[in-house]
Amino acid sequence: MNEKPQQSTTGKLVAKLALTVVAMFGFGFAMVPLYDVFCEITGLNGKTGGKEVYEATTAEIDTTRVVTVQFASTNNGAMSWEFHPMQNSIEVHPGELNEVKFFARNPSAARVVGQAVPSVSPSIGAEYLHKTECFCFTQQVLEAGESIEMPVRFFVDKALPADVNKMTLSYTLFDVTTNFASEPQLTAN
Amino acid sequence: MATGHDDHDHHGPAKGFTRWLYTTNHKDIGSMYLWFSFAMFLLGGTFALVIRAELFQPGLQFVDPNFFNQMTTMHGLVMVFGAVMPAFVGLANWMVPMMIGAPDMALPRMNNWSFWILPFAFTMLASTLLMDSGAPNFGWTFYAPLSTTYAPSSVTFFIFAIHIMGASSIMGSINIVATIQNLRAPGMTYMKMPLFVWTWLITAYLLIAVMPVLAGVVTMMLFDIHFGTSFFNAAGGGDPVLFQHVFWFFGHPEVYIMILPAFGVVSEIIPTFSRKKLFGYDSMVYATSSIAFLSFIVWAHHMFTTGMPLAGELFFMYATMLIAVPTGVKVFNWITTMFKGSISFETPMLFSIAFVVLFTCGGFTGLMLAIAPADFQYHDTYFVVAHFHYVLVPGAIFSIMAAAYYWLPKWTGNMYDETLGKLHFWLSFVGINVLFFPQHFLGLAGMPRRIPDYALQFADFNMVSSVGAFIFGFSQLLFLFIVVKTVMGGKKATAQVWEGAEGLEWTVPSPAPYHTFSTPPPIK
Repeated sequence: MNEKPQQSTTGKLVAKLALTVVAMFGFGFAMVPLYDVFCEITGLNGKTGGKEVYEATTAEIDTTRVVTVQFASTNNGAMSWEFHPMQNSIEVHPGELNEVKFFARNPSAARVVGQAVPSVSPSIGAEYLHKTECFCFTQQVLEAGESIEMPVRFFVDKALPADVNKMTLSYTLFDVTTNFASEPQLTAN
Repeated sequence: MATGHDDHDHHGPAKGFTRWLYTTNHKDIGSMYLWFSFAMFLLGGTFALVIRAELFQPGLQFVDPNFFNQMTTMHGLVMVFGAVMPAFVGLANWMVPMMIGAPDMALPRMNNWSFWILPFAFTMLASTLLMDSGAPNFGWTFYAPLSTTYAPSSVTFFIFAIHIMGASSIMGSINIVATIQNLRAPGMTYMKMPLFVWTWLITAYLLIAVMPVLAGVVTMMLFDIHFGTSFFNAAGGGDPVLFQHVFWFFGHPEVYIMILPAFGVVSEIIPTFSRKKLFGYDSMVYATSSIAFLSFIVWAHHMFTTGMPLAGELFFMYATMLIAVPTGVKVFNWITTMFKGSISFETPMLFSIAFVVLFTCGGFTGLMLAIAPADFQYHDTYFVVAHFHYVLVPGAIFSIMAAAYYWLPKWTGNMYDETLGKLHFWLSFVGINVLFFPQHFLGLAGMPRRIPDYALQFADFNMVSSVGAFIFGFSQLLFLFIVVKTVMGGKKATAQVWEGAEGLEWTVPSPAPYHTFSTPPPIK
């Protein structure tokens, strides 16, 4: 038996296969950012177009179109806050900067940290809704019994497809007191 | 120790327990894999009988809902990772070197290790049943956040058990690939390899590609649970749907990992008992490769109801249906192999024919589930349970039993009791159909899976199903008896064993000597 050459080819093959294993382990983790990028490009998953600076001076407002934007709120699991939009819907022109407020009150006897996560439907319109300011960019802290009015400023992109004339911006509010109390800033666009 | 076997070729196995602990012999390790998988089969089967006992009639009889969920979870995990996969690895260990004329596996020491870490993994997994928090109760698919935010604290044991099982599978696969690619006897070209070797080569590549992804997803869970990351936690910017994508990227190739070696087994047995060459050998190889490739681009058909866009539903629907083409080629080839053959119906052949018929049933219900609009009705119902049990039990499990009967005379040197074997087959065949066929109707009528209680209109079919479960379950004790009886003694087997058998493994005496093909055999 010619052991030597066989051993070295086996060694090379095993090294290649082991490398594949490591690469696939990495690929599993690479799916996390890939998934986000994919959702961002396609607007799937209701993720909104990222934070954008609204240039009020140069922006043109398309007054010929009217888009209805509805607001919805949901509490996740054990979140105890009273949480709702102060207007159910508004009519906006694409390009126009709008502000609405959400109301939140902590009825519990303890300090609670909340994190809102937005979603826009239909998903085809999600990337055309740009928020310039949103309470979902940071965590909200409410002491026992405290209440707050939280603003969200947004504009609808003029490039919004013509067949979309109604959109819903929905927030789910999570109780993150235990999970993330140590981290002051979290970005969920 | 046996590690020195190169120096003196003709010694037998060492004596005592250390023979099994230190062995690097592919036949010893193959036997250990097979016995281990049978033990896990009985354990997982016991969990299944708890489920079926509870579902025998409506209402809560024996177990509370949380324990019921632990049973469905543990049944799935033990059967997939403990019974089916190690059984096929055991068959590969025994048969691949003998089929390609190799003296042993390419990496014998790693082979020992990949087996011996398995009992630890499953001890760890099973020990969760005795913990205060109870065993994992989130289903074998362990969707986040059930398996992260809402998991029992035993989930960490589950995660490390999965890591160890994954490591075992990866090492086993690397070994099989290295053996097949480097240790074939001179003249054994790729297109002369027996189909069982081909299907295992492809399976091993699938395992190498996806087991690390499984390791990745449980690692992400571990980080979410213990280190405050938010891979799957929406509150922290993560996404639970991402879990399903990563899991099924592993999970779909995984189901082919459990069926491709079964295709290989059946492709060995049907020609033997039809006394004809396998029809369409080349197309079998290409069909297997196509199935393996397609398995990577269909994963989201498990997720049609997660709110995918229409384009995604259509893509995954059509890609899934495409798999029916190579699978159809295979079924066509098996049937054509039998056509005008001189068929005899020994136990391995009975199991193989049942495999072809019942696996095809499971394949067709798979096609029904692949239709995205229809899936919204079937999703998470007993129809899905019936579907995957039809492909896994009379599919994978029947092929493993067929393989055991087929090669048992080669392993032990004794013929098994044909009458008892046939009895085992018919009990299993009837049991399995009584068990799973009514579940189709239950699913179509809307009974959800993983529920310990149900509405009254589902009562009759559930009772029938439970009766079938106990018939099938207890007939496996007969299988154990037959195997033990054959190991103890019986009519001596010839080297060829079966009249129509062809291949290198039938050229060595029965029982196969401890070391075979120390010098490569001539290949015609």
